[in-house]
Amino acid sequence: MTSVRTDRPPDAALVRRPARVRALWLLVVVAVLAALMVASVALGSRDVSWADVWAALGGSDASLEQAAVAKRIPRTLLAVVIGAALGLSGAVMQGVTRNPLADPGILGVNMGASLAVVSAVAFFGLTAPTGYIWVAMAGAALSAVFVYAVGSLGRGGPTPLKLALAGAVTSAACASFVSAVVLPRNDIAGSFRLWQIGGVGGASYERIGQILPFLAVGFAVCLLSARALNSLALGDELAAGLGERVAVIRATAALGAVVLCGTATAAAGPIGFVGLVVPHACRLLAGVDHRWTLPFSALTGAALLTAADAAGRVVARPADVEVGIVTALIGAPFFIYIVRRQKVRDL
Amino acid sequence: MSAPAPAAVRPSVVQAVARGRRRRSSRRLLVAVALAVLAVAAFAVTLMAGQTFYPPGDVLGVILGERVPGASFTVGRLRLPRGVLAVVAGFSFGLAGVTFQTMLRNPLASPDIIGISSGASAAAAIAIVSLSLGGTQVSVLAIVSALLVALLVYVLAFRDGVVGTRLILIGIGISAILDSVTSYALSRAGDWDLQEAMRWLTGSLNGTTWDQVLPALVALAVLTPVLLSRAHDLSAMQLGDDTGAALGVRVERTRITVIVAAVGLIAFATSAAGPIAFVAFLSGPIAARLVGAGGSLLVPAGLVGALLVLVADFAGQFAFDARFPVGVVTGVLGAPYLIYLIVRTHRAGGSL
Repeated sequence: MTSVRTDRPPDAALVRRPARVRALWLLVVVAVLAALMVASVALGSRDVSWADVWAALGGSDASLEQAAVAKRIPRTLLAVVIGAALGLSGAVMQGVTRNPLADPGILGVNMGASLAVVSAVAFFGLTAPTGYIWVAMAGAALSAVFVYAVGSLGRGGPTPLKLALAGAVTSAACASFVSAVVLPRNDIAGSFRLWQIGGVGGASYERIGQILPFLAVGFAVCLLSARALNSLALGDELAAGLGERVAVIRATAALGAVVLCGTATAAAGPIGFVGLVVPHACRLLAGVDHRWTLPFSALTGAALLTAADAAGRVVARPADVEVGIVTALIGAPFFIYIVRRQKVRDL
Repeated sequence: MSAPAPAAVRPSVVQAVARGRRRRSSRRLLVAVALAVLAVAAFAVTLMAGQTFYPPGDVLGVILGERVPGASFTVGRLRLPRGVLAVVAGFSFGLAGVTFQTMLRNPLASPDIIGISSGASAAAAIAIVSLSLGGTQVSVLAIVSALLVALLVYVLAFRDGVVGTRLILIGIGISAILDSVTSYALSRAGDWDLQEAMRWLTGSLNGTTWDQVLPALVALAVLTPVLLSRAHDLSAMQLGDDTGAALGVRVERTRITVIVAAVGLIAFATSAAGPIAFVAFLSGPIAARLVGAGGSLLVPAGLVGALLVLVADFAGQFAFDARFPVGVVTGVLGAPYLIYLIVRTHRAGGSL
């Protein structure tokens, strides 16, 4: 397949990062994530002292400050798991489609999940949050298959730009259906408008508990397919020659990614661009071996979303900037940068 | 027509070509007249019909300035500005959309997909919600930011020339940023005013007043002649920049004039009615189907746009249990077509 390009030229130094360097970076990422989680709990529209933070972490909500901190803890945890899910699913999607522009947001998968949830709530009276997750995953899977089918039409198969275009178009179409479904329903319109921007506000331990089993399955499937994705990166023919069943790998890994981003969308709305930015950054840190980049992407995604959520709470105090807005502001310029880097003949 | 004719019968070939041209141009005229008649009919219906029906005599009386009890308020204050804005905004979107699609030779390169409408609505939303500006200032801000966004998209897409697909993808990225700015501005609005929000997110004609209509009307009256005077150059440029230059078109000057005029139309219409979803995108291809190959699509596309907005607004008000803003109706109509278009272009292979 002549049309397939990896996103960076083969560079021996990057391909073979020594294990020590990778391990060091892994420690750095974990430390940064931990620091960001602490910051996210400590920062917000209300200034709190460290004593209050410690007290609240211990489970106390005696004063107003401690109660505020106690509300921030589940929010931070939700940002961490959603960010990890989106980062990992972006990395897997980029591996499966061998496409540097792949991202659950750009490929229209998040919007498909969003449309499914909105339709189920408006037309079938769905109220159970667990039901949200199943419906969202169904919508995500449908739109992923649809976008891949449309992007593969015609000469050259699924080239990065054709896939991205098909995804953006599907996303726009789903978004306009979402408005049509939500708008006449005043009872759900207000809450859905906010949900549709994408945010982790209003998190609770209960909600996190509901999504955790799904996320665990998704994480397991994705991380276990790392080695197979390495073979796939060599090209379909070579991967088949190495004894991999290409179609099975693709389907399994994509299913894992869809479970992750469907669940994330059900819990926090369609948050875009995290899955795009994170894997690119991780390949700079950890090289191109999926066994390293996948866990890296999960950690970095968690860090990015936690940071974006905390930043959104701090910059416009006392108001919140929804995390979906912050990630679009960070991610879209990066998307443009990658599009610009593509050579003309790929367009 | 069919197989190439031998040299001996050249006169009849010339005649055949001339006949074909005449036939196509008469078809174009016929389509344009039919569209205009339909648009006028739809406009008349939106003035007469509604919660209460007023006979044509009453409506005419109101338009001529007479006092008709009941109708003076309902038709004169509510339906007339709304209908006029529907026509003006629809025509502006259709005309500007087809201009971009023709110039960039790609149906996906319409202003509502490559971020120009998003730029206008982000500026308008910020101006109204955060800066509490009114009327003219909002229009000015909208047009300036739409122009800046158009420039930005063009500059970012420029690398060894502008390639259609890259421009579209960069436009999509830019509009993702701008849409989130709009969402942010709206989420800061004191109470969540859905009407106002919908105006800037998908477009709506609810509660239109003459103050909103006038700037858009003036812009349309000024900028339409500018665009139409460039119609010939635009079709020459469709053959490629070099061919266009060889045919005597000042390519760069035409391009700049056309972009500024089209962006102006979009910005004024958007600041009055919001970015009515997909009208700019849909009008051109529909007009192309109706008119057939060859010839300028500018006027037919404008008429299609006006007709689309009129019909969609009327349907949105009365066809369903709930009242939909016009942008939602056009959005639902446009979405399947958008997907059909991407399927068709991909299947045809090659570039869009």
